[in-house]
Amino acid sequence: MSAPQPHLETLPRSVQLVLVLGLLALAAFPFFGSEFYQQMVTRMMILAIFAMSLDLLQGVTGLVSLGHAAFFGLGGYALALASSDSAAVSLWWSMPLAVAAAGLAALIIGFFVVRTRGIYFIMVTMAFAQMLFYLVFDNKEIKLFGDAALKLGGSDGVYIYFKPDAGFVDLENKRTFYYFVLACLLVVYAFLRRVLWSPFGRALAGIRVNEHRMRAVGYGSFGYKLTAFTLAGALAGLAGYLWGAQTGFVNPELMGFHMSAHAIMMVILGGMGNFAGAIVGAFAFEFMLELFKDLPTVGDFRIGKHWQLWMGLFIVGVVVFAPRGLLGLLSRLGARKGSGHE
Amino acid sequence: MSEVLLSARNLTKKFGGLAAVNEVSVELWQGRIHCVIGPNGAGKSTLTNLLSGDLPPTSGVITLGRHDITRASPEQISRKGLGRSYQKTNIFPSFTVWENIRLAAQSRAAQQPWNPWRWLGRAASNRAVNERAEHALELAGLAARRHEIAGAASHGEQRQLEIAMTLATAPRVLLLDEPLAGMGVAEAESMVGLLLRLKAQHAMMLVEHDIDAIFTLADHLTVMVNGVVIASGEPEAIRADRGVQAAYLGEEH
Repeated sequence: MSAPQPHLETLPRSVQLVLVLGLLALAAFPFFGSEFYQQMVTRMMILAIFAMSLDLLQGVTGLVSLGHAAFFGLGGYALALASSDSAAVSLWWSMPLAVAAAGLAALIIGFFVVRTRGIYFIMVTMAFAQMLFYLVFDNKEIKLFGDAALKLGGSDGVYIYFKPDAGFVDLENKRTFYYFVLACLLVVYAFLRRVLWSPFGRALAGIRVNEHRMRAVGYGSFGYKLTAFTLAGALAGLAGYLWGAQTGFVNPELMGFHMSAHAIMMVILGGMGNFAGAIVGAFAFEFMLELFKDLPTVGDFRIGKHWQLWMGLFIVGVVVFAPRGLLGLLSRLGARKGSGHE
Repeated sequence: MSEVLLSARNLTKKFGGLAAVNEVSVELWQGRIHCVIGPNGAGKSTLTNLLSGDLPPTSGVITLGRHDITRASPEQISRKGLGRSYQKTNIFPSFTVWENIRLAAQSRAAQQPWNPWRWLGRAASNRAVNERAEHALELAGLAARRHEIAGAASHGEQRQLEIAMTLATAPRVLLLDEPLAGMGVAEAESMVGLLLRLKAQHAMMLVEHDIDAIFTLADHLTVMVNGVVIASGEPEAIRADRGVQAAYLGEEH
């Protein structure tokens, strides 16, 4: 029996170098890229935050959630509901509100779902997310008391007319918003890397590898999994909030099955369990998606229209040839090159 | 002075109509090794699983120190001072030997997963945890294997790691399920030496097949057949018991 491959948790030099270069490229991008591409990269960074939040569950704890978009969508809807049609809402309370709302929903849903394992966990997370999806999809508004009502917009979604007001910086400026999202990305990454090596993070990794043994040495795994689920939901809520702020529009699709599935693919594509992989995966996924969508029409066959097919093949290829994702592939190439010098 | 640390009275575990463990009582004393022997299917591992909380008993009472742990979960029982090893090696194969033991030792630090300070500290730099893990690593004779990936270690080393992880939780009661299984002669000898060194500080229950090791180690011997205790007492008295010889020991010689 060959030894199981450890997760890529400690990032090798080659990967660190690529990450630093990537960061420099992101920091410089607004000075070179057109506004269209600047918007696209902003969207990629937001999805990277979303993918990292899922990686805490999927890569670190070993919980594959097929309903993670529910919390992403909730963050977006929290902004939509907090916003008014006539003036910008303050970032300083609406963003914490969105994060807290998504976190609270994750705490409640997590209380039920983290008791299950494997395929059952996948199914119940999907079921809860579909419940939230249809709650929003089927209701234009939900009456609370008196005249107060949650204007959910039903299947049409809700428009957000102003970007949140951050006070000293103007988020309506697209370049400023770009850097704000980049800052959020860095803070979330630094936080999650810290969590990875904390007593809490080590325990989550232990639960992924052998939950039974963790319980036998005295860990109450339920509390750990519930906390991870809540934290992941809260961070997904942050990503959803930023998405709502950027696009100025939220609709039920944000909570939908496709959104959840895309996040899973991003994490697998980049390489699980180290958060850097989730970022790389999110960028690679969105990049390939744009590439495939732009494929030309040959004769009567519109190649680009069937982008999902090409994306599927691409993901299968990565999984077959780079089982530890793009980052794993990169670190393997780096290691080979390094040993060649000796 | 010696005292009873764990006692189980009239433990029964039924799977459907089959009583895998039937009205079994055991007492584990500090400073004594209690060996449980019997043919395959006698209910030895089921008994271990009942005591550690891996299985709930159908009836009977288990007390650990002053606590009733009959319905407690494995993690609660572990935190009250009972450590167990598994017959089938049960480790974290993709972690290093050190991380396996460190993680077990960390379970005795404050857990509180919901506490944000526990998300931000660095696990590897907790001195109390590292010292406890280091102690267990050296006791089990694994110091040279520290950086090895546990899944790549030899079978004997993985068995030592099982014990080291159990010790890292600083238990007072040790349940060891066939710690010598599949070990070579030299490895088995060093394991027997380790168990003798641990004896004074712990109450120990040992499920084992190796007759030589049993008579070297046992202060008290219980023989189980088909879920029932057929004899229990001093090893020499058991060895002389004709019923036991017929039921079990005879097969071995």
